Amino acid sequence: MTDTDRQEALSRYRIKIQPGRILIWTLLFIGGIVMITPLLFMFSTSLKPASDVYDLRLIPAHPTLSNYVAVLTSTGFVRWFFNSMLVAVSVTCSNVFFDSLVGYTLAKFRFRGRRFIFLAILSTLMIPTEMLVIPWYLMSANFGWLDTYWGIMFPGMMTGFGTFLMRQFFEGVPDDFMEAARVDGMNEFVIWWKIAMPLVAPALSALAIFTFLGNWTAFFWPLIVTTSSELYTLPVGLSSFAVEAAIQWEMIMTGAALATIPTLLVFLLFQRYIVRGVMLAGVKG
Amino acid sequence: MASITLEKLVKRYDKVEAVHGIDLEIADGEFVVLVGPSGCGKSTTLRMIAGLEEISGGELRIGDEIVNERAPKQRNIAMVFQNYAIYPHMTVRENIGFGLYTSSLSKDEKNARIEETGRILGLTDYLDRRPAALSGGQRQRVAIGRAMVRNPSAFLFDEPLSNLDAQLRAQMRIEIKKLHQDLKTTTVYVTHDQIEAMTMADRIVVMKDGYILQTGTPVDLYENPADVFTARFIGTPSMNMIPMAALAGKAGLPDHDPDILVGVRPHDLIVNAPKEGAILTISGQVEACEPLGPETMVHMRVDGEPVIATLPGNVAPPVGSIVECSVETGKLYLFDAKTEKGLGRK
Ligand SMILES: Nc1ncnc2c1ncn2[C@@H]1O[C@H](COP(=O)(O)OP(=O)(O)O)[C@@H](O)[C@H]1O
Ligand SMILES: [Mg+2]
Repeated sequence: MTDTDRQEALSRYRIKIQPGRILIWTLLFIGGIVMITPLLFMFSTSLKPASDVYDLRLIPAHPTLSNYVAVLTSTGFVRWFFNSMLVAVSVTCSNVFFDSLVGYTLAKFRFRGRRFIFLAILSTLMIPTEMLVIPWYLMSANFGWLDTYWGIMFPGMMTGFGTFLMRQFFEGVPDDFMEAARVDGMNEFVIWWKIAMPLVAPALSALAIFTFLGNWTAFFWPLIVTTSSELYTLPVGLSSFAVEAAIQWEMIMTGAALATIPTLLVFLLFQRYIVRGVMLAGVKG
Repeated sequence: MASITLEKLVKRYDKVEAVHGIDLEIADGEFVVLVGPSGCGKSTTLRMIAGLEEISGGELRIGDEIVNERAPKQRNIAMVFQNYAIYPHMTVRENIGFGLYTSSLSKDEKNARIEETGRILGLTDYLDRRPAALSGGQRQRVAIGRAMVRNPSAFLFDEPLSNLDAQLRAQMRIEIKKLHQDLKTTTVYVTHDQIEAMTMADRIVVMKDGYILQTGTPVDLYENPADVFTARFIGTPSMNMIPMAALAGKAGLPDHDPDILVGVRPHDLIVNAPKEGAILTISGQVEACEPLGPETMVHMRVDGEPVIATLPGNVAPPVGSIVECSVETGKLYLFDAKTEKGLGRK
C-alpha cells in the first residue's frame, strides 16, 4: 500500500467514525454538565451574601468570603469537621485492617465452616441499611453507645462488602508467594502483612477511598445516633443550618464546599497508589 | 547440609491417592532430579519434603530426625518455585534479604551475605532494582538468591526453568549445576523435562502415576531402563518400540516371541551402515527427514510401525524411498509386551 493509499484509507475511516464520535462526545458533555452544575452552584452560592442566594446567576454579583468566615468562626463547623474526620479515618483504618484480614483468611486457608462463613458474610450484603438502623439503635441503647463516637462508628467498623472485595483480590494472589515466605520461616501474620497486603494494594486503595467517602458523607445513621451537637458529624451539622431558624443556604453551601476538600485530598492521595498497584499487579510472578 | 529419606511416603487428597508410598534416600550433598510427566506426583512429593503439604502416611527424615510434623520453617530447607515467587513490591536486595528475615544475624552480617549472594549470582548491579525491571532469568536468579542466602540444609526446586525460553534454560541449567558444585548443598529438583534431568542430576528418579519407576544415574537409566516408560522417557528422540511380530523374517534375532517389544534408540539405528556385526537389519519407507547438521533423523515406517533412524551427515534420502538400517549387537533393548518390564539387552 502506498502512502497516499494509506492516507486515503485513513481519512475515509475518520469520516466514517465521526457521527459516532459526535454522539459519544455529546453524551459525555451532557453527563459532565449534569454532574458538575450542582458543584459549581455550591461554590457560587458559598460566595454570595445571604440576600443573593435566590439570585440564580452562576457568577456571584457581589462575591464575598464572609460566609467562610462565619462558618469557620461562629458555628460548630470545626468541631464537626474534626468529628467526621475522626469517624471516617477510624472506620477506614478498621476496614482496611479487618476486612483484609478476614478476606485473606477466607481466601487462603482451608478450614471447617469456611464456605458457610463466606456465605453468611455475603448474605449481609443483601440487607438494606434502612432495615438495620432499628437493631443498631436498640443495640446502642442497650449498651449505652447512644450519642458517643463509638456509637457512630461501630456499624461500619467491618463491612461485608469490604470483606468480600478483599477476599476476591486475595484469591487472585498466587499461593507461591505465601508458600515461599512460609518456607523462609515467616509466620502467618507477617506473611499477610508484608507479602499479601502489598500485593493487593490497588484493592486496598479502592476500599480505603470508598470507605472514607462513605463515612465522610454518611448522614442517616449519625443523625439518629447523635443528639448533642458536639458529636455531630459534618453532614449532620450542616443540615442543622436548615432547621435552626430558616434554611441558610449560603451557610450550607459554604460548609459543603469546605467538606469537599478532604474528599479531593483522599482521592488524589490514593489514586496514585491505585495506578501504581495496577502496575505492580502486571509483573509476572 | 543433610540427607533426606522418604519411607513409604503417601499423599492422599480426600479420597484420591496422589503418591503411593514411595521410598527414596537422598544422600548428603547429592543432586537428585525427580522427573516424570505432568501430574505424576513430583510437586506433591517435593511439597511434602518442604512441609507445604501434609504427609498422609510414611515417614520423612531430614538428617536423622523425623520431620513429618514439623512446620516448613523448622526444616531449614529452601525452595524455588516455577513462577519465581519473588515479591514485586521489594527490591532485589530486599527480596534476597527476606530469606534472612528470621535469622539472628546482625544487620551488617546480613548485608554482607546479601552482597555476597548477589555477587555469586551476578546480580550486583541490580540489587536496588525491582523485579519489574529484570529479565526472566534474572528474576529466577533472585529467587535462587533468596534460597541460597540462608545457607539451608537442602534446596528444593519445582520446575524452576519452565518459564524461560530455551536458550536461557540451557544457560540456567549450567548455572544451577555449577552452583551446586560450589555449595554442595543437598538438592531435590523437579522437572518434566528429561534433558534437564539428564544434564543436571547426580541421580534421576523417574516417577509415573504416583510411583517411582526407577532410580539411577543418568547413564544408568539411559543404558539400562527398567521398563518401556523409562526407556521412552529418557533420551531424545524417544526409543523406537517395535513389536517382535513386525520384525519377523527381517532380523537376525534368534527367537521370535510375539510378546516381546524390541527397543532401539534412534541414535543406534544407522541408515546404510555396514551389516557385519549387526544384530538386526531392517528396511522401511522414508516418510520425512529432519536434517540437524551433523546428522539427519529419518522418519520411516517398518511394516506399518513408525521408526526413527539416524543418517550420519546431512544428505537426506528422498521421501518415499526404501532405506535399510541396522543396529549393532548389544544395542537392542527387549521388553515384555504385557508387563512392559525390561528383559535385558541383546
Ligand atoms: N490440592 C490438590 N487436591 C487434589 N488433588 C491434587 C491436588 N494437588 C495435586 N493433586 C493431584 O495429585 C496428582 C499429582 O500432582 P502434582 O504433584 O502436582 O503433579 P506434577 O508431577 O505435575 O507436579 C495430580 O493427579 C493432581 O491432580
Ligand atoms: Mg508440578
